[in-house]
Amino acid sequence: MISSAIIPIPLARLPWRLIWLVALICTIGVVTLYSAAGGSMSPWATKQGITILAFFGLAVAISYVPESFIKQMTFPGYIAILVLLIAVEMVGFVGKGAQRWIDLGFIRLQPSEFMKPAIALVLARFYDLLPAGDVRRWRGLWPAAALVLVPVALILVQPDLGTSIMVLLGGVTVMFIAGLPMWYFAAAAGAVAVAGPILFAFMHDYQRKRVFIFLDPESDPLGAGYHISQSKIAIGSGGIWGKGFLNGSQSHLDYLPEGHTDFVFATFVEEWGLVGGALLIFAFFMVIRWGMRVSRKAKTRFGQLAAAGLTATIFFYVSINLMMVMGLAPVVGIPLPLVSFGGSAVMTVMICLGILMSFERQSRTRSSIS
Amino acid sequence: MKAPRFTAAHQSMTFSRRMMLVGGAQLVFGGALVARLGYLSVAQNKHYRLLSESNRVQLIIVPPRRGWIVDRAGKPIAINRSDFRVDIIPEQLERPTETLRLLTQLMELTPDDVDRIIKELRAARGYQPVQVAENVPYEQYAAVTVRLPEMPGVQPMRGFSRFYPAGPAVAHLVGYVGSASAKDYEKEKNPLLITPGFKIGKEGLERTLEDRLRGQPGGQRVELTARGKLVRELEPKPDRSGQTVKLTIDAGLQEFVARRMGDQSGALVAMDVTNGDLLAFVSMPAYDPNSFSDGIGRTEWRMLSEDDHIPLLNKVAQGLYPSGSTIKPAMALAFLKQGIDPARRVHCPGGYQIGNRYFRCDAVHGSMDMHSAIERSCNTYFWATGLITDPEATTEMVQYLGYGEKFDLPIPTQRFGTMPNPKWLEQKYHRKWQGYDSANTSIGQGYVLVNPMQLAVMPARLASGKLLKPRLLMADKQQPVPDIDADPAHLEFVRKAMAAVVNGSGTAVGSKLPFEGIQMAGKTGTAQVFRLGERGHQSNWALRDHALFIAFAPADKPRFAIGCIIEHGGFGASAAAPIVRDSMTFLFDQQKAMDALAPLEKQWGGTLAERNARRSAEFEAISKANQAAAAAAAARQT
Repeated sequence: MISSAIIPIPLARLPWRLIWLVALICTIGVVTLYSAAGGSMSPWATKQGITILAFFGLAVAISYVPESFIKQMTFPGYIAILVLLIAVEMVGFVGKGAQRWIDLGFIRLQPSEFMKPAIALVLARFYDLLPAGDVRRWRGLWPAAALVLVPVALILVQPDLGTSIMVLLGGVTVMFIAGLPMWYFAAAAGAVAVAGPILFAFMHDYQRKRVFIFLDPESDPLGAGYHISQSKIAIGSGGIWGKGFLNGSQSHLDYLPEGHTDFVFATFVEEWGLVGGALLIFAFFMVIRWGMRVSRKAKTRFGQLAAAGLTATIFFYVSINLMMVMGLAPVVGIPLPLVSFGGSAVMTVMICLGILMSFERQSRTRSSIS
Repeated sequence: MKAPRFTAAHQSMTFSRRMMLVGGAQLVFGGALVARLGYLSVAQNKHYRLLSESNRVQLIIVPPRRGWIVDRAGKPIAINRSDFRVDIIPEQLERPTETLRLLTQLMELTPDDVDRIIKELRAARGYQPVQVAENVPYEQYAAVTVRLPEMPGVQPMRGFSRFYPAGPAVAHLVGYVGSASAKDYEKEKNPLLITPGFKIGKEGLERTLEDRLRGQPGGQRVELTARGKLVRELEPKPDRSGQTVKLTIDAGLQEFVARRMGDQSGALVAMDVTNGDLLAFVSMPAYDPNSFSDGIGRTEWRMLSEDDHIPLLNKVAQGLYPSGSTIKPAMALAFLKQGIDPARRVHCPGGYQIGNRYFRCDAVHGSMDMHSAIERSCNTYFWATGLITDPEATTEMVQYLGYGEKFDLPIPTQRFGTMPNPKWLEQKYHRKWQGYDSANTSIGQGYVLVNPMQLAVMPARLASGKLLKPRLLMADKQQPVPDIDADPAHLEFVRKAMAAVVNGSGTAVGSKLPFEGIQMAGKTGTAQVFRLGERGHQSNWALRDHALFIAFAPADKPRFAIGCIIEHGGFGASAAAPIVRDSMTFLFDQQKAMDALAPLEKQWGGTLAERNARRSAEFEAISKANQAAAAAAAARQT
């Protein structure tokens, strides 16, 4: 919100504080990818920079979309993504042992990725339509639950545990903020505690193994526990100030697997230390705080709930990845948005940010009118 | 129960409250993440930095050079000779099959070698080298070096192998080295042990002095990727050679004695009378430790273990023999101490009746006093005198002078024999000491068993009048030596009698030293192998008596003492005494001793080295013939 006579109004109207934060995070990402490639722009850093710029353009474009249009598009969009999820199951491309993509020729579509913002929007729309008196009734719960559980189930059978958990958590957050009775959530938490062992029985072997290894990564340091062990070594060996740019031995000597994707945070912290890592976490926290403020300032119930849900999506993205990398959660294959190499996460987060910017713009303009 | 009406106002309030909760939860999460980050990178930093370093850096072990073993004058006994070896670095090996084929052709590898290499290559990883061959002849080494560009991963190197210049002469003294066995590695868990070309002491001093001789391995530190690719070499850590160990041995004497023994089976120990230093420690015949260190062939091993002269047995440390008459000087000292008058006479009619048994003496000696009984080795005198003295006190004196005594020497397996006494007999055989036990013991038969080391300690103690202990390592402190608890006049009497054995009219007059003014004193011994009482020529070598001789010289001012036993040599005077004489001669005049040796060696068919080389060639020829026969048999079968 830089207001100056020199800068044209549309440009000055952009939420600059958010943009600087995002720019900082993306810069950290590109710099880390440059280092992970052994000090080279190819194959990751350049590509990632272009991806980020392209999707940032998309986010800015989305920010001009009026809330009413987003509202209108919510249900059709949700249904379209559901259809795509089912299509993935039917004709899904088998890659990395999981069916996740639809290859449209020019782009590889991962519909579960779109479901992350979509679930927040569709629940926001549902509770927006629901009369206030019905929120604490049965009809305030079951449609929402269905809206969440159907895509979660479809994603889970892909199988993609990480994404399904994120969709579930995003949905639950919106329901929580919508004001559903507290005991629902307490009961659900209790049920999870009971159902955990049952769920475990239905897991794929590789997922089970990940749970075991999460519980005790050192039990198999050269086998399946390798990821977590090496990631902790990279982070722990960095110390306060890190080993210095381009000096990370864990990532450069290939001891750290996936050092440019899921475990990019370890690559970064090895070289930049506690200071760098704390800065990155702080930047993400500020982004999330901005999102929460958008939600609080929103004038409509849809805006409030959708903003909170989208922010929660970004929050879960970041925190699940960081917990996984630092050995606090099992390895579920969730990248660190805007930092990890890969377009999907950037796309999702930029869509979330674009919609948030749109809400923010409208709450601002409307408030200036009224 | 009906829920209270939920209005838009309620909703807005709930929204703010829940937003606070969510925001608060997010803050807590953020804080937890930073705390975890701090814990890992600050509190656990040391731990993880270590792990990261051990990930990154690997050590390629450079084995240390083994310490030398030298004699008292610094003359080498065991040294390292540079040799050529060829290894394969598995990581750099690009075309295993072609490379192995070419190596087989260039180095004439046997199918067994190739099998072993393939097996080790499969088990190896990264930069741990796999041995192709060691002790490679220069021509093959050069051939491999020339073809190196075609064989990436092959590494010809100069290494070191153990070399014993004197060969078999020092075999039982220093032992040999060899590659560590799986059991050795299990015990120590030291990666150095499985480094190709690294040898540890397997026998003798090489084994007991392993700690001193081994040294500290060095290392080439390299930075490796997770896949084992070399990134760069870091600063190397230099190896530290093992310590040089100085022995009290006189290498010249050691080798001379080994040569002088010729083809006989026996042992000789020489000692410095002034301080107990061991000058020679010879057990012959012996294997060639050089061929043992390279890994001995199966044929050679079989021939060595089947030899009736038992070249694989360290006779000094483990050979036990009846002392025979060499016990008599000690017996005489015991008699004197118990008040027996040396002038007391015993008539020898050529034998002696004890109980219902008649013991036969070697000759009809007539009237004997103590001096002449030692000089002419009259058994009758000692039988008779043994019966009128206290067996407890007599045997104690002999034990005190060294027979049956345990010595603390760095030799892996030692046997110390037995000096029987009434108490021991009671414990071991549950019977009382009898007259015939005294009789047997007083001429060194019966239960008396001694080792060749004790045969040297005995004359050294008699000569010096001090309770000398044998010493093998120069680094070992010399302990203060107490005097022998005996009347010096008695000792002098015994020494005089021993001098007469060689220089008077005794049993070893044929073995006088070839010097004017230097006389040797000694005592012969003949240990029964087959049957008591039937002496004389035995045509079966294995049934002949053992010949023993103990001596010191000069008789008047003792300097050196020697104990010697020649297995199945017949009379002590005829087989053992001349060897001791020549060995003693060597200590005073090397040239004279060598001159005496030359005609003997000519008669035996060459020097020890020549005969050893001939024997090695023989082993090789037989082994080749066996292989050819086996191959022919295999060919016939297919």
